[in-house]
Amino acid sequence: MDLESLYQDIILDHYKHPRGKGLLNKPLGSAFHVNPTCGDEITVQVNRDAEGGLIIGYDGQGCSISQASASVLVELITGESIERSEVIRKAFLELMHAQGVGEPDEDVLGDAIAFAGVAKFPARVKCALLSWMALQDAEIQAGLITTGEGA
Amino acid sequence: MTALDVAAIKADFPILSTTVRGGQPLVYLDSGATSQKPKSVLDAERDYYEQHNAAVHRGAHALAELATEDFEDARKVIAGFVGARAKDLVFTKNATESLNLAAYAFSNASAIATHHSGAIDPRFILKPGDSIVITEMEHHANLIPWQEVCRKTGASLRWISLTEDGRLDLSNLDELIDSTTKVVSIVHQSNILGTINPVQLIMDRTHAVGAVGIVDGCQSVPHMPVNVHELHADLFAWSGHKMLGPTGIGCLWGTEEILEAMPPFLTGGSMIQMVEMEKSTFAPPPQKFEAGTPVVAQAVALAAAVRYLENLGMQEVARHEHLLAEHTVNALNALDGVRIIGPTTSWERGSAVSFVVDGLHPHDVGQVLDSRGVAVRVGHHCAWPTCRHFGVPSTTRISPYIYNDIADIDAALEGIVAAQEFFGVK
Ligand SMILES: Cc1ncc(COP(=O)(O)O)c(C=O)c1O
Repeated sequence: MDLESLYQDIILDHYKHPRGKGLLNKPLGSAFHVNPTCGDEITVQVNRDAEGGLIIGYDGQGCSISQASASVLVELITGESIERSEVIRKAFLELMHAQGVGEPDEDVLGDAIAFAGVAKFPARVKCALLSWMALQDAEIQAGLITTGEGA
Repeated sequence: MTALDVAAIKADFPILSTTVRGGQPLVYLDSGATSQKPKSVLDAERDYYEQHNAAVHRGAHALAELATEDFEDARKVIAGFVGARAKDLVFTKNATESLNLAAYAFSNASAIATHHSGAIDPRFILKPGDSIVITEMEHHANLIPWQEVCRKTGASLRWISLTEDGRLDLSNLDELIDSTTKVVSIVHQSNILGTINPVQLIMDRTHAVGAVGIVDGCQSVPHMPVNVHELHADLFAWSGHKMLGPTGIGCLWGTEEILEAMPPFLTGGSMIQMVEMEKSTFAPPPQKFEAGTPVVAQAVALAAAVRYLENLGMQEVARHEHLLAEHTVNALNALDGVRIIGPTTSWERGSAVSFVVDGLHPHDVGQVLDSRGVAVRVGHHCAWPTCRHFGVPSTTRISPYIYNDIADIDAALEGIVAAQEFFGVK
């Protein structure tokens, strides 16, 4: 098995140099998620800037996949409208459930396309989704979206 | 150097000659989670179904007799393996159920006693002010059932804490186990730390205050000679699947006296003596605790597993594992950036060794090992509070068994170094 298909350089880079890590002062919504199989934890928070764009804060500890995924999330979602963030989040969810045969749209997913290989490892899909599921809950808590869908 | 002929043993386990992840030979080091099964165990289960299968303890036909005989012979063999009598051995579906059976004796007794005074042995009745004592290294299977008993009865949970090197801190044992204590339930050998606990000493203190003593033997019975009488416990639980047996069978041994006194857990067919519309009486143990169609084929296969282990000799098994433990801890101690969580010497420890690697998450360590065909467990090993005690979210665990040799351990060690190199933390 080649490890490189799982651990793409982009993933390793986000893992070693996480973007935007840290919690917000006064979040509109905040969600704490745990992966019960390994104990990894993440808190994702949302706020909105003056133009209505999303501001994301997060903190947590976990494996390279979960941490890199959170870092990519911040990069992708920050400044986006709630509608656009929903499109991105759903596209990421779909990619993670594609079992490694998904055709990710780089225009929507940016660096997150590097996670396509993760979908081939069922045990790691949860890691990649941890922050995205927390984002969804934080947005629900903030009243930005109403319904969620399961991982 | 080892006490066992590992090459010959490996040949008895069909799965160990399979390959994984693109044709790599499987190096299975996750026996703490579940062991692999030798052909003799698989054959025993198949033979039972092909030749003797029938409902046991009922029916007047030839097969029913054969099946019942197989089942009760299996009980004798399995009980004998831990120095016990067949009539004191209860079959369950796994150790988790065995421990729940024990825990429910207390919550059921406490509930029954509020409506039927005098009908229940007072040792099992819990109320606010009573305490239950466990340890901080329990598997969730010996933690959550007791949390639930506390919620139902108002009793409080206490635990024996841990020392830096992953042993029980017994300095305040006499204060923890005191006159309020009704139950003490502790693990014999920790599945996450590998520590072998001084069970007898703790059980003696338990009896000194008149409490019921329970031991979780999941990780001891497969790996060392165990005689339940020497442990001084009242109840002793373990699983079949970690000792070469099939999934779906667990055991609970109890003293005759305690099994007689305990109220049943699951109820229904097979566990009764007399049934009327409004009340029933129960069969004597062990049937009292075996409601419904029992785990017959599993028991037959587990007896075959016992025979396999007895053939090797449990002293030899323990000696073999001790050598593996020694090699593993010495090698991990010598690796830069690796820290063992648990005893760092092989004294009073089993062969399951947990560790963390600086700058690397256990999931990532496990993934690199997996890419090399080496199967280890990563996570909190169902001992989350133990991880928390040591300030780590999770660990990587190497847990070998009779079919592993030094070369298998070395394959894992090489994988750890490869992970450090891959992630650039070395
Ligand atoms: C120490 C210990 N106790 C209890 C259990 C639970 O065993 P089972 O899952 O077979 O019920 C295990 C197995 O993971 C264990 O290692």
